[in-house]
Amino acid sequence: MAKITFIEYSGATHEVDAKIGLSVMEAAVKNNVPGVDADCGGTCSCATCHVYVAEPWLDRAGMPSALEASMLEFAENIQSNSRLSCQIVVSDALDGLIVRLPQSQH
Amino acid sequence: MTDVLGRIVVVGAGHAGGSAAAFLRQYGWTGPITVIGEEPIAPYHRPPLSKAWLKGETDADSLALRPVSFYMQNKIALRLSVGVTRLDARARTVSLATGEVLSYDHLIVATGARARKLPVPGADLNGVLELRTAADADALKGALGRGKRLAVIGGGYVGLEAAASARALGAEAVIVEREPRVLARVACETLSKFLQDYHSAKGVLFELNATVERFIGEAGRVIGVKLAGGHTLLCDVALVGVGAIANQELAQGAGCACENGVVVDASARSTVERIHAIGDCTWRPLPMYALMGRLESVPNALEQAKQAASDLTGRPLPPAETPWFWSDQYDVKLQIAGLPFHSVRQIVRGNPAAARFAVFHLDAENRVQAVEAINAAPEFMAGRQLVGNRKPVALIKLSDMSVSMKEVAA
Repeated sequence: MAKITFIEYSGATHEVDAKIGLSVMEAAVKNNVPGVDADCGGTCSCATCHVYVAEPWLDRAGMPSALEASMLEFAENIQSNSRLSCQIVVSDALDGLIVRLPQSQH
Repeated sequence: MTDVLGRIVVVGAGHAGGSAAAFLRQYGWTGPITVIGEEPIAPYHRPPLSKAWLKGETDADSLALRPVSFYMQNKIALRLSVGVTRLDARARTVSLATGEVLSYDHLIVATGARARKLPVPGADLNGVLELRTAADADALKGALGRGKRLAVIGGGYVGLEAAASARALGAEAVIVEREPRVLARVACETLSKFLQDYHSAKGVLFELNATVERFIGEAGRVIGVKLAGGHTLLCDVALVGVGAIANQELAQGAGCACENGVVVDASARSTVERIHAIGDCTWRPLPMYALMGRLESVPNALEQAKQAASDLTGRPLPPAETPWFWSDQYDVKLQIAGLPFHSVRQIVRGNPAAARFAVFHLDAENRVQAVEAINAAPEFMAGRQLVGNRKPVALIKLSDMSVSMKEVAA
């Protein structure tokens, strides 16, 4: 298990225990975190699971694939620390991860 | 002041019905919510049924839209494995197959669509399957495997995805299509040709311009498909994927106007007071095209679930969304935005031979009506934006790969 904190656009905070190997998106959905819509169910097709990864975790979360990067390029409210949470795999290295949710998923 | 205390009954526990209940709670509905579903399991993702689920790459937990605890925590009563026999708009009641009668203040019809049957002899043989539900997918999965032969009737998305999954499992697959090309009703010729070639290279066989005369059985189980005026394809299992029909009979019985689906407005209201309808079962406005139509897609289910929940809780309606669709076959990612209505020209950007391209459908004013993108996420994402904002594009830039989609859409 790894601890992940989701911070909604409204400021509401959700701390969840995420199973290693699941995606960060799945951890949010399974724990009823609102704002991670994941319309496509995790196939990197829709960009509705967009999150901002807090700086200390950005490197450890890995690099976005070319597909994810081009999906992100056209997503709303994009920042340099934007990721699609369905493409981040939960690992021990991400224990303590903090991600914020964008206004567009409010 | 909107009253958020009334009793809401949602008929149908698919992506639309399950999501509507969740959005209602998120938007502040405090009254009782009951979701009634015919299937034995809580609302789940249907798209993986022909892909990851069929290939055994995902589990039931991942298939579920939300964990069962969500419904308990949010006081959403899930009534599963229960059919609905009648809706009475005057008495405001829902009759269940169990004989129970539930009263409602507001009703949401989310009854989905059912697979069209093939009216030929042998269609009721064991091993002649359809693919709408998890149970259907499990039956198909059980019949596939190395060396098994799958005959797919219908070259639509379900058929193509199932054939791709079958090949991944080591099974043989043949697709029988009535039209001269696959995806004839839903995609342009360039895309049809690309996908057919791709499937052929993966070993899928095609019988085009071919109709099924009958299924041949032995001891009650399908062993072959006899083509009209043609030969017989031997198979171990057959999948019929020839389109879907809106489940509109219950709503119709309650007095809701129906076309090819339950007629709704931009708030997902039916023509009968206190009845909304959402998802695959609706005949809905397509504001970008000033038309009505029926969409079978997850984004459509979610958009209308939000419309109904907003309308009921007194929130402003969400902005209209561009319809979009996706499909994964082998390592090919297909993404479509918009619908090619009123389109007068097509522009291909990229190279089909390199399996990375997009077909843009433009109207007479060079506005993007639709884009079909193969392994081309920037074209899809920018195209989706352009369909929505109705801005005309410069054709010369659009067809030039050295000009970025950011610039084309700017």
